[in-house]
Amino acid sequence: MIHVSKVRKVYKIEDIETVALDSVSFDIKKGEFVAIMGPSGSGKSTLMHILGALDKPTSGSYVLDGEEVANLSEDELADIRNRKIGFIFQAFNLLPRISALKNVMLPMRYAGIPQNVRLERAKKYLEMVGLGDRLLHTSSQLSGGQQQRVAIARGLAMNPSILLADEPTGNIASAQAEEIMAIFQEANLQNHTIVMITHEPDIAAHAKRIITIKDGKIVSDEVNKKQRMAG
Amino acid sequence: MDFEIFTESIGTLAVNKLRTGLAVLGIVIGIGSVIALVSLGQATQASVQSQIQSLGANLLTVNPGAQRSGAVRGAEGGGATLTYEDAKAIESDPLITTVTTVSPEISQRSQVTTGGNNTNVQIIGSTPAYLSVHKVEIGQGEFFTDQHVANMAKVAVVGPQVATDLFGDGANPVGQTIRVKGQTLTVIGVTGSKGGTGFFNQDNVVFVPLTLAQKQLFGQDYLSSMALEAKSPDVMTDAQNQVGYLLLARHKLSDPMQADFSIFSQADILKAATSTTGTFTTLLAGIAAISLLVGGIGIMNIMLVTVTERTREIGLRKALGARKKVIVAQFLTEAVILTFVGGAFGILIGILASFIISKIAGFMFVISLQSILLAIGVSGGIGLLFGWYPARNAANLQPIEALRYE
Repeated sequence: MIHVSKVRKVYKIEDIETVALDSVSFDIKKGEFVAIMGPSGSGKSTLMHILGALDKPTSGSYVLDGEEVANLSEDELADIRNRKIGFIFQAFNLLPRISALKNVMLPMRYAGIPQNVRLERAKKYLEMVGLGDRLLHTSSQLSGGQQQRVAIARGLAMNPSILLADEPTGNIASAQAEEIMAIFQEANLQNHTIVMITHEPDIAAHAKRIITIKDGKIVSDEVNKKQRMAG
Repeated sequence: MDFEIFTESIGTLAVNKLRTGLAVLGIVIGIGSVIALVSLGQATQASVQSQIQSLGANLLTVNPGAQRSGAVRGAEGGGATLTYEDAKAIESDPLITTVTTVSPEISQRSQVTTGGNNTNVQIIGSTPAYLSVHKVEIGQGEFFTDQHVANMAKVAVVGPQVATDLFGDGANPVGQTIRVKGQTLTVIGVTGSKGGTGFFNQDNVVFVPLTLAQKQLFGQDYLSSMALEAKSPDVMTDAQNQVGYLLLARHKLSDPMQADFSIFSQADILKAATSTTGTFTTLLAGIAAISLLVGGIGIMNIMLVTVTERTREIGLRKALGARKKVIVAQFLTEAVILTFVGGAFGILIGILASFIISKIAGFMFVISLQSILLAIGVSGGIGLLFGWYPARNAANLQPIEALRYE
């Protein structure tokens, strides 16, 4: 359901061309848990932006659920992000000042889902990530790990085609990082597709499949035979 | 735009209360000054109109025009062309159907003395018709009668200001005597207070019988003017024509262009005064609009700062699927709330200010619904106008760039 074919991304700054991705191709099927690994500057962030419909490839094709994303307008991309992609960022990116509940409800609001449905679903996913008792806390009242769990609930709330996580444990203490990975594996068991970008082998070890990328090219793509189970 | 955007915007604006307050203040001052200054202009207009109307809405004035002697044309209004006989003819001619009363008048300033006091006032020689034509009330005593006019009686009716100046506050002048141009006149009445009109103070006048003024005081046969009362304000034009043709015939003139008199109605004066005060109101509103413009620029400035500060938030919202118009709606809502709240407070302050001004200056207190509706519309419009550019900037942010922004 994700079909990436010969994707190339070139940044051009003052006549100097930088190739961030060079002819990258892979497929991801429903229910997979894929870690994309690579050192900084390898192009993994660029790949995440393209997978997340935040950016378009310079050339090549990215088909998500049978839809070619490369040709879409800005508002159509917004709709794709809203319905098909659940983002989890390194810096959590919750809206400050509003409650965990309202943060989880936000993408559903952009989808035009009625308020009572939003509220029910937001509660359900916050309970799933273990924050059923902190529905009305704002981000300043939550620890880093708790904030990231709110972000996961928000990412799952629209029941997206992929949950796209960018260094999800980068700002979190290692004990809490294990909890986050446990939630990912739990979500994966429920048939959610997860793509996780990380440079930490310990974290990548929780995935079922690891794609390694370097200098804009895929250097390995293999099943993780020693998947580490968290919690 | 939904209700949630509204509540969310209120929440966002409440975070930085001082900044929100200062941004709103610009609009408060702008709208407040529009309301106050327009109200001031309208109060001026209304008081001028009511004063002119208090002189009588169906009043026609005939002034002597330039008298021609051969090819030489004399000064306008200075002619000696109107006579008491003209006035009587207008009253009695069967062809004049629209005029009910004619008040022939002769008017001149003169010194008036009594005992140790003296004052310089307008002496008006007329007939009892003056009372009804000019809507003058008698305060004490009585006005002179047709008999007094016919007998050239040495009587006078004084205005309340004259009574106070000559006889002191609260004294009864009726029965006392005054001296005008060497003649001793008995005061038989005092007129009610009417106030000034800007042309002359109607309270500072001495009325005497027309014949007395012509023969004994001023020694002139002609009239300074005639005031005519038409049957109703609707027949003013007819009255003007009928009187005009009669006077042309009496003065043996065939061409209306050569008329040695002019007739104008209270409506003509009213129109001129209204247009003057209207210009004044527009000017005031224009000055106030400039402060409103400055307030609007303040809103735009604050919104631009807000958009820059919230770049990451905007990036996140776009990443989560907010379309451009959702972002535009969010920031426009904030801007419109700012200007609307400013407008509401501005209306209150403007009303309060014009109330205080009207109390201090003694104007009528006038607040028109139009200016309030206009202020509400304009303040909302300013929010849309000055909020649009920052909102568009926000909507055009690229989500990746915005999320990276520190």
